[in-house]
Amino acid sequence: MSRTMTGARMVIEALRDQGVDTVFGYPGGAVLPIYDEIFQQNDIKHILVRHEQGAVHMAEGYARSTGKPGVVLVTSGPGATNAVTGLTDALLDSIPLVVLSGQVPTFLIGTDGFQEADTVGITRPCTKHNWLVKETDDLSATIHKAFHVATSGRPGPVLVDIPKDVQFATGEYVGPKQIDTPSYQPAKKGDLEAITRLVELMEKAERPILYTGGGVINSGPAAAQLLRELADATGFPLTSTLMGLGAYPASGKNWIGMLGMHGLYEANMAMHDCDLMIAVGARFDDRITGRVKDFSPGSVKVQIDIDSSSINKVIHVDLPIVGDVGHVLEDMLKIWKARGRKTNAEGVRKWWTQIEQWKAVKCLTYRNSDKVIKPQHALERLQALTAHRKDRYITTEVGQHQMWAAQFLHFEDPNRWMTSGGLGTMGYGLPASIGVQVAHPEALVVNVAGEASWLMNMQEMGTAVQFRAPVKQFILNNERLGMVRQWQQLLHGERYSQSWSESLPDFVKLAEAFGCKGRLVSDPAELDDAIQEMLDYDGPFILDVMVEKHENCFPMIPSGKPHNEMILGEASTEDAITGVGGALV
Amino acid sequence: MAALKIEKGASSHSAYDLRDPNAQTIESHTLAVLVDNEAGVLARVIGLFSGRGFNIDSLTVAEVDHLGHRSRITIVTRGTPAVIEQIKAQLGRIIPVHEVHDLTVEGPSVERELGLFKVSGKGDKRVEALRIAEIFRANVVDSTLESFVFEMTGTPEKLDAFAELMRPLGLSDLARTGVAALARGA
Repeated sequence: MSRTMTGARMVIEALRDQGVDTVFGYPGGAVLPIYDEIFQQNDIKHILVRHEQGAVHMAEGYARSTGKPGVVLVTSGPGATNAVTGLTDALLDSIPLVVLSGQVPTFLIGTDGFQEADTVGITRPCTKHNWLVKETDDLSATIHKAFHVATSGRPGPVLVDIPKDVQFATGEYVGPKQIDTPSYQPAKKGDLEAITRLVELMEKAERPILYTGGGVINSGPAAAQLLRELADATGFPLTSTLMGLGAYPASGKNWIGMLGMHGLYEANMAMHDCDLMIAVGARFDDRITGRVKDFSPGSVKVQIDIDSSSINKVIHVDLPIVGDVGHVLEDMLKIWKARGRKTNAEGVRKWWTQIEQWKAVKCLTYRNSDKVIKPQHALERLQALTAHRKDRYITTEVGQHQMWAAQFLHFEDPNRWMTSGGLGTMGYGLPASIGVQVAHPEALVVNVAGEASWLMNMQEMGTAVQFRAPVKQFILNNERLGMVRQWQQLLHGERYSQSWSESLPDFVKLAEAFGCKGRLVSDPAELDDAIQEMLDYDGPFILDVMVEKHENCFPMIPSGKPHNEMILGEASTEDAITGVGGALV
Repeated sequence: MAALKIEKGASSHSAYDLRDPNAQTIESHTLAVLVDNEAGVLARVIGLFSGRGFNIDSLTVAEVDHLGHRSRITIVTRGTPAVIEQIKAQLGRIIPVHEVHDLTVEGPSVERELGLFKVSGKGDKRVEALRIAEIFRANVVDSTLESFVFEMTGTPEKLDAFAELMRPLGLSDLARTGVAALARGA
């Protein structure tokens, strides 16, 4: 059944038909007809943000914590350009988003009209796909296609640019089921012959490792379940990228921690020394590989990825399997079981002995203090005081605190950890936490932040207060751009160029100014009490944790070095490795 | 913690390995890309090449199926085998791209290009230009008392050779279409 209606009404109809319950947005001239329709309905909740970048990060938080696409509505020109950082962030982290932008009327396009920007041109390289809709009759089908593209295959952000006259004009609405099967149909099943070869490798491997990434989370809860079954049944050690944390539980017996530049010693050493590497939905990012030519020199590499362009992009793999992680894992398990559940038990046992020796290095050791709060300690206390909450969601900003959060917080389930991995967007965490909270109103949502990142989108505290999103802002305040300072110390002769935060606001007063609550804590003895107050408070809360200003984040693979040349923290270097200049060979 | 000792100029100083780890021979490949002829599709393809630092030596595009609104883009590109593989995978990722064919590896193919050559001159040079054009089977498509415009279709190498010969004879303007290519056989 097709119905005649205005383009603006079609937008609402299409969102409703796609099952959208929440839109993050900001009105403006070129989207007024759509906002008029929003006013006249109650099915779709609109979250009014304070800046369009915040809207996109909120939608990312919503999407990553629910598995559903996030939806954003912005106006033309600056509304669309402000969304660009969020779109790029979502593209690099493969987050499904549908961004609807207003555009000047079709007859003004190209005249440098007021608030005109070439939105499809600007967003072409930072979306999976985008559309400029010139006819109202095409609008509903285009929006349905947009949802299909955003959520199929490797997910990503899409944008639909809608000129104002297209919103005013009337046309025929078509529902999601009425549109032609879109030509974009990425294959889901992996090649069974290749999967069988992988199983053969698994049966023989002496030093296997499962290297898992965000693809497992994007594939859905079933994929995470299959991964757990596979790891537990084979006994293979499992490491994960920053993006994949939670797919396998941190309490699981095969978990050896996160890998990469600030990953765990045992994880990186195991990656370097393994003889079979099975990459599951992970893409060999440069923060993972270190120096490419020395990356895991002795291993057979297998990569399971839904995106064929991820294969052989950085690291040559011996056996690529293109397909959805969930489907491939299912077939893998089926074939492995049918062939008698074989592994090289003796080899794997020896391998674990080696891994246990690496674990004994205790690479996360740090020197605690009773005078000043160490950031690692603050996170250990946050972990201890929140671990019982099954509904705990963590977002982060970008920098040292992000890496410490990944090291010291433990995730038992997928979709509980939202961080800007690929793009490294400072200012991501606060809006993302609001997006998560909107999707899970009763849950505990904590944004682990640095003071500098947090300031980048602090205006969104207004959104949190307005929509009663009780997000907890856990700011590790070292009055420094900590990661920049760390690199300057280690790599740039301790010349601390522009890496300190001066004239910082009083975060407690800032919280009060926004109409929520804040507390400053600097005494380690008061830390637990302060964290508990934050957790117990019924509303948004800013906890300003004054931490050690010059703490460095270790372990660290200095850029351009291989995995087995990572440097450990001072404490663990002295205790366990007996000082080799801090650099392991 | 002491500062790390890193030699000046070492690329390990950067977050990225600045040297090409797979430095291999550079190959030239001809790709045929079948796309939906929709707004912006050419920009998507070209943007991919510029955005990811790939090369384009030649590019031709035209709608080849008016009913189905399909266009064929023929691209001649250069790179190491790994880069060529990456280019094809990235092209395949673009939503309106239906097929990517590497004519260089998918068996024998024919490649043709059309060129228009304006040769200005008088006397012996003019006669010589006409004689060589006959040898190359170029057609005269415009003629004045002081100039010819020759049209020639052939491989890019043949066009190069003709242009070289015409240069001393008064080649004053040259337009080339870029390569169009098809696989041989049924």
